[in-house]
Amino acid sequence: MTDVLIVVALLLVAGAATAAVLNRDPVRQALVLSFLGLALALLFTFLQAPDVALSQLAVGSAVTPLMILLTVRKVRRRPGSDDGVDKPAGRER
Amino acid sequence: MSSRVRLWVFLVGAAGFAALFAAACFDLPAFGTVPHPYGARAMHAALSHHTANVIASVNFDLRAFDTLGEETILFSAVIGTVVLLRQARDEHRKDPEPATIHPPVRRFALLTLPLALLVGLYVIAHGQISPGGGFQGGVVTATALHLLYIAADYRALERVRPLTLYEIGEAAGEAAYVITGFAAVLAGSAFLTNVLPFGTLATLSSGGTAMVLNAAVGLEVTSGIVVLLARFLDQAVEIEEPGEDDGNPRHTGGSGGSGGSGGNGDDER
Repeated sequence: MTDVLIVVALLLVAGAATAAVLNRDPVRQALVLSFLGLALALLFTFLQAPDVALSQLAVGSAVTPLMILLTVRKVRRRPGSDDGVDKPAGRER
Repeated sequence: MSSRVRLWVFLVGAAGFAALFAAACFDLPAFGTVPHPYGARAMHAALSHHTANVIASVNFDLRAFDTLGEETILFSAVIGTVVLLRQARDEHRKDPEPATIHPPVRRFALLTLPLALLVGLYVIAHGQISPGGGFQGGVVTATALHLLYIAADYRALERVRPLTLYEIGEAAGEAAYVITGFAAVLAGSAFLTNVLPFGTLATLSSGGTAMVLNAAVGLEVTSGIVVLLARFLDQAVEIEEPGEDDGNPRHTGGSGGSGGSGGNGDDER
């Protein structure tokens, strides 16, 4: 049973991480990153590491995407860089 | 270096890494096996110090010095961000105008806010008993406060968030950790040794210094994250570039919030 859950969580993580890499729009990327955080939190829970899962949930799926979104907003607002869709603005922590 | 040479250098490096990594992997104990020498010792040490949450015991007792380093990393990272994101001389603040918030969103945020705050504080206080602790609880508490930004607006958030107080809180949390460490020295032990009475296993006042250090980290992390997010929010919401006046004061409340899954997609143009 646990093995099944771990495999499902691993697949979710792989899917979300691939989607995050393939997405070119930073705003979408931040959202996908937040799903990746959720998937990782699930994986850590199934691997019996609730402490790590809690950190991952708070930092990985809330704080980091939020900071990326705010950064993208600030960067895009600058005149003349409105089309900066493909800029790798803050992809990772 | 031509691209051909670069490719070869990369290939040699990658092959070397692959070989070493594979060799290391074959020497690992099997995934999820029962015998675990470090785990057994950590468990023994945790139970002898009446810390029910073994992870907390490892973080705040066995490796309290490591955790001091980690706490200091966050502390300096926040200070660095504050310095980098401060208002430049040619930037000026513009009061953001309140945006309309959909009633269900407002209700949901107002309902979740006290709940999330309570969970955060609970997780900090029970760090030595159940999974969680200062870091996790601190982040939850800090993000919970920002639900007010979703429920009301930026002004409301600023009112419950006197930044100076949180800046002091961050420093105080960091200082409390170091002072707890030196208190052990004064008591005749080594730096950060667990010298307090251990209490009864699995009660709120158990774990000796693990409990105190958890609280210190909780204070530091809560304040640190609040200060960090405040600087980012300032930049995104309030501070304007010179010569930028597009008559389009971007929203205050209603979006760009935090908490939950960080899901807000309305920032797209």
